[in-house]
Amino acid sequence: LCAAVPLKDMKLLDVKLGQLPTWLAMRDFTPGGILGALRRGYDRYYNKYINVKKGGLGGISMVLAGYVVVSYIWSYSHL
Amino acid sequence: MNLSFFDQFASPYFLGIPLILLSMLFPTLLFPTPNNRWITNRLSTIQLWSLHSITKQLMAPLNKEGHKWALILTSLTMLLLTINLLGLLPYTFTPTTQLSMNMALAFPLWLATLLTGLRNQPSISLGHLLPEGTPTPLIPALIMIETTSLLIRPLALGVRLTANLTAGHLLIQLISTAITALLPIMPTVSILTTSILFLLTILEVAVAMIQAYVFVLLLSLYLQENI
Repeated sequence: LCAAVPLKDMKLLDVKLGQLPTWLAMRDFTPGGILGALRRGYDRYYNKYINVKKGGLGGISMVLAGYVVVSYIWSYSHL
Repeated sequence: MNLSFFDQFASPYFLGIPLILLSMLFPTLLFPTPNNRWITNRLSTIQLWSLHSITKQLMAPLNKEGHKWALILTSLTMLLLTINLLGLLPYTFTPTTQLSMNMALAFPLWLATLLTGLRNQPSISLGHLLPEGTPTPLIPALIMIETTSLLIRPLALGVRLTANLTAGHLLIQLISTAITALLPIMPTVSILTTSILFLLTILEVAVAMIQAYVFVLLLSLYLQENI
């Protein structure tokens, strides 16, 4: 017997496939909303990989590897 | 084919959207704000340690008035250091290869040191234009020479950084092209591969570029602001 959570506030992994377009349409796409989403994503990454007692080289290497991949995608048309 | 060697310095665009601001702001992601704990995570510890040693090194020859410049000088150091090192990764864009950015950094800061000196101690600042003990007939010529060298400082600062980085990146690209072109002909490749490794370590001298940049800035700063 699960509590009735409104569709807008459900996490992405709990949303059923059929409800996906509705869920996407109800997300907050204002600049403040996008900023909030970026901040949440950054905090999640930071607290999981960097802000730990024995953080290793992997935390920042993933960021740099992602930066290289994104730069490759951006410069693909010039190659 | 030759012209494509300079494409790596073109300002990045993606589907018409300029990405230059993003590539200049990316280093901020790598420096998390330190929290108030006594023992922070390893990344913050290393960054704070290096920041402190750089600051101590930079502020050592300065008097108390010069310590006001600590924040801007150390943040400039970290910015240039990060940008230069990130540019060594494959496919990345280095904003400091653009003369516009380096001049925008060099010129206002140099002008600030000049104006501070002229405002607070004008006779001493102007006195720097004539070294001690020059023979009297030489004085007019020497003053003109010293003024020229003073006015050319911002240009030198900006162009030095641009030229060093651009030359390094171009060399890396040229040598890599040579290696891939010579790959069917095997023995030459191994020698060239070691030279590219050498070149990359010499490119770590881009790190020394930061030393050169802030040191020269600092040099002109305490030359004019000393008691």
